[in-house]
Amino acid sequence: MILLAAIAFLILASALVAVSRRNLIHAALWLVVSWFGVALFFLWAGAQFIGFVQVLVYVGAVSMIMLFAMLLTRQGRVPVEMLTLRAEKRIASGVLLVSAVFGVIAGSILGTDLPGEGTSAATLVTLDRIGESLMNDHAIALLTMGALLTAALIGAVYIASSGEEDAS
Amino acid sequence: MTPLHLCLLLSTGLFCLGLVAVLARGNAIMVLLGVELMLNAANINFIAFWRFGHPSNATDAPILVLFSIAIAAAEAAVGLALVIAIYKHQRNVRMEDATRLRG
Repeated sequence: MILLAAIAFLILASALVAVSRRNLIHAALWLVVSWFGVALFFLWAGAQFIGFVQVLVYVGAVSMIMLFAMLLTRQGRVPVEMLTLRAEKRIASGVLLVSAVFGVIAGSILGTDLPGEGTSAATLVTLDRIGESLMNDHAIALLTMGALLTAALIGAVYIASSGEEDAS
Repeated sequence: MTPLHLCLLLSTGLFCLGLVAVLARGNAIMVLLGVELMLNAANINFIAFWRFGHPSNATDAPILVLFSIAIAAAEAAVGLALVIAIYKHQRNVRMEDATRLRG
């Protein structure tokens, strides 16, 4: 419970810092800390494989494409977000709305009677059982996921490279 | 307060921080990062209910999270390609300037 509270504090504090930074590079690097905390949470919960996938995909890959996109689309020497009057209004209304959403969800969570300790079945899932289930029961979903990733990446390359003729 | 309560509050907090990033930040890349945070919060919920609930099939939740992470990666790639396309048209990535659907 104390370990879980420490992990939760790490995730939420780094995400809060990331959301409130104006320097985009700093924000992205704080988000990497937050994603790493989520991986620690998966390890704590007993889903080791998911934790390693989280580190590989988020800490490794997604953070790198985010940093690449920031450096490709920056205006000044340092990518910083400009604050206008409209932006201040937007921030105020956004924070107000989200506080209301958080209040409603947290209130309903605290008012619900939830089971205390988990079953031991969840902690016995090993990597070979996940692989077996992925290749047998969920084979069609796995193939669909491969097709989706291929289509998404080809589409991403097309979107990012089209319009080259107009610019030049 | 049980550990499951704490897990759900954690994911709610993470979801709300992502929602703040989507609603309040004007930069398109920060909006995408907010969406990623919200997807992470959903994954935390899957794993929390798997760990503390009574799953009928113990491998279902990890596989669901695996697919969710794969879709999040595809979404990040397509989203950043869109950001680069917006940048090519208007030379910045401010959301309030991106009001046209055609180039």
